[in-house]
Amino acid sequence: MSNRLPLEGVRVLDMTVVWAGPYCTTLLADLGAEVIRVESIQVFGPPTRGSSARPTQFVIENLPPFIGGMPNREGGARPWNRYPLFNAHARNKLSMTVDLLRPEGKQIFNRMVAISDVLVENNPTETMQKLGISYDELKQINPAFIMLRMPAYGNTGPYQNHRSLGIHIEGVIGHSLLRGYTDLDPSANTQVYMADAAAGAGGAFAVACALNHRRRTGEGQLMELSQAENAVPYLGQAFMDYSMNGRSQTTLGNRHPTALQGVYPCKGDDRWIAITIFDDRDWELFREAVGNPDWARESQFTTHESRRENHDALDSHISEWTWDQDHREAMSLLQSYGIAAGAVLDQRDEVEDPHLKARAMFEEASQSDVGTHMYPRAPFKMSESDVRIQRGPVTLGQDNEYVYKTLLKLSDTEYDALVEAGHIGDEYAEHVP
Amino acid sequence: MTQSALSDIRVLDFTQYIAGPYCTKLLADYGAEVVKVERPGTGDGARRIGPFPNDTPHPEKSGTFLHLNTNKRSLTLDLKTGEGRQIALDLAARSDAIVESFRPGTMDGFGLGYEALSAVNPSLVMTSISNFGQTGPYRDWRGSELIFYGMGGELYSTGVSEKEPLKLGGTVGLYQAGTIAAYATLGAIFAARDGGSGQHVDISIMETQTGSIDRRMSMLLAYQYNGEITERTPLGSATGSGGYPSGVYPCADGFFQFTGGNNYFPRVLEMLGHPEELSGDEWLTPEAQADEDMQGLFDTVFYPWLLDRTKSEIWEVAQKSRVLSGPLNTMEDLHGDPIFHKRGAFAEAEHPEAETLRYPGRPFIMGATPWAIRQPAPLLGQHTDEILSELGISDSQIGSFREGGIV
Repeated sequence: MSNRLPLEGVRVLDMTVVWAGPYCTTLLADLGAEVIRVESIQVFGPPTRGSSARPTQFVIENLPPFIGGMPNREGGARPWNRYPLFNAHARNKLSMTVDLLRPEGKQIFNRMVAISDVLVENNPTETMQKLGISYDELKQINPAFIMLRMPAYGNTGPYQNHRSLGIHIEGVIGHSLLRGYTDLDPSANTQVYMADAAAGAGGAFAVACALNHRRRTGEGQLMELSQAENAVPYLGQAFMDYSMNGRSQTTLGNRHPTALQGVYPCKGDDRWIAITIFDDRDWELFREAVGNPDWARESQFTTHESRRENHDALDSHISEWTWDQDHREAMSLLQSYGIAAGAVLDQRDEVEDPHLKARAMFEEASQSDVGTHMYPRAPFKMSESDVRIQRGPVTLGQDNEYVYKTLLKLSDTEYDALVEAGHIGDEYAEHVP
Repeated sequence: MTQSALSDIRVLDFTQYIAGPYCTKLLADYGAEVVKVERPGTGDGARRIGPFPNDTPHPEKSGTFLHLNTNKRSLTLDLKTGEGRQIALDLAARSDAIVESFRPGTMDGFGLGYEALSAVNPSLVMTSISNFGQTGPYRDWRGSELIFYGMGGELYSTGVSEKEPLKLGGTVGLYQAGTIAAYATLGAIFAARDGGSGQHVDISIMETQTGSIDRRMSMLLAYQYNGEITERTPLGSATGSGGYPSGVYPCADGFFQFTGGNNYFPRVLEMLGHPEELSGDEWLTPEAQADEDMQGLFDTVFYPWLLDRTKSEIWEVAQKSRVLSGPLNTMEDLHGDPIFHKRGAFAEAEHPEAETLRYPGRPFIMGATPWAIRQPAPLLGQHTDEILSELGISDSQIGSFREGGIV
């Protein structure tokens, strides 16, 4: 590990919400940027730090695990520091609090802009307008400043203030109709947030592009990542099919456009294996791996084309083989023959997976309101830069002392006055529900 | 003309199919000079996968290839020959990064592993994109987009409990791996330029799912915090964030999606014009949101309202009341959306074989540095002579390489 972290020395002001923006700043923090979440103890904007600041026990118990699965399903003294949906992306970040709706809060913010490099936000377009924050003004304060805005559809045009989560964006760009069961309507599916993941990674890449330009020229810039537009290239094949052939593709279920593919039941409760057989050679190997059964010699399965034509019958036969196999053992067996197969890993399987363990995909991290647990690390490894979880999920206002006293050089008296005025704190104000 | 953000970066590209080419497309579209090395005769395997115009396969007309290889130059090179290897090393010597997506060990087999490349260029970044990473027990295993999502991501909890787990659309997971790889590659280039050395960046497509914000990390935390496993929920239940209305609902011309429960319910009442049946404070309690009878009553008001309206009518009134929502569009709807067109979200490019087509446009707008399709995806080996000449190789030498099948 001879290199420094690539973004060491880059300070990022983070006004992101929910998942897309926060994932962007997570990736920036993983590479060493000093990411400071700018939060307020006067306003609670769900669902970023959870469904509400002070949820009742009834609410907590009725939330799905990814939101409400806090330790012991209890909110504790500061529930906002305990929601999985926030803590999942809050590694390596700092948090300051300031009420931007008041003029002195805005002044503090401007002083932070003067000593920072980047601002990332992903609010509806009008939110920044209401706060009186515009790139033109920030540039006056800091000429080399970089700002990344990540609205759902864009900062211009009729959709600019549309309220959307990733799942709605995916409907708009056509993803929702490309995933689904072939025999059920699209309501028979789960809400997914692929567009958030795409926007987070795309946003981090955007910031890196702007930093590269600034390294060369000293020039900052305003960037705009529409979460919808950013995810359209991910549907490239379907997009190009419409361009070329005027065809709107529909869902294939779990099937593949050219291979044989499915998710098959295994021994045990809700255990599954995914298998992809790409070509004739794979088929030969598969037949051998499952013991050369008679059915695999039937004429309907003679060629790749005929196997695809008789995919339903093929699936029945494959399921007959998989149903009394352990999902992990079947995966290892098929892979030992060189066939693409993967056990469908639930969250426990994932944490216990020997491959992920060997690659140290989970790292231990602590936080005052939840204790010590294993967290997924950055989704990449570098041989010479020490990318790791340096710090557990940040608590509200955890770094106020550092930000106000060290960075902004406020005296103790000035600091105390801002505490008194409700800017600085580590708990939401009493009036916040 | 203003330079693009990455115009000072040179990338040597040994990737094929989707994840790797999307990584180098991002770099190329924002200005990096990308030399794509393809196998003589056949080229990138993506040239053989569709869609094709009129469903007629042609190696220069694959929609997948055309989309993923804009702004790259194509050089054919047989890496199994000594001359081919030497040309690759000469190109590596003048590159900032190499991106490759072979099976782990393949580049070593060509004599082009990280050690060998680093020897000719100590500040070179090598990014390897592979199924499961460069180390670990699954290193050599095979995979597919479905399998990465199953092993790394949230396949387990996606779909309904009566049926098998259900994948996402197309190959979205492979694109995500490409974006992560592009970001990590730039980071490693910065570290090298800041007085560090080059390094090997290891992208496991599986891990880009395990470390994804698309539910997996939060669900892994619920397990860590509480031992909670997130499963698929039954058909007809409001999957996702709870309360009602939540999920996909039918309307006059298709389907529409809402996240309108719990805290957001007052916005839904506003959208519906505060119907008489749903007046009363009892509708605004958390208990109401968990009460199946009340949900049933709500549905008797909601469904007729929906079925009277089209997707675009619903979206307009829903957004007036700030209801988190959106239509389920087809590709035809997306291609026809005037707002996307007006914002310049799509691009057009002319290609000598595939003619002029509409392409997905820029993922993001940079105010000072342009994104552009400066040139369409290359024909196989289109730039071989040009690139070899840049290395100072004579025309006659190029001729003999060609005769020898090296290029």
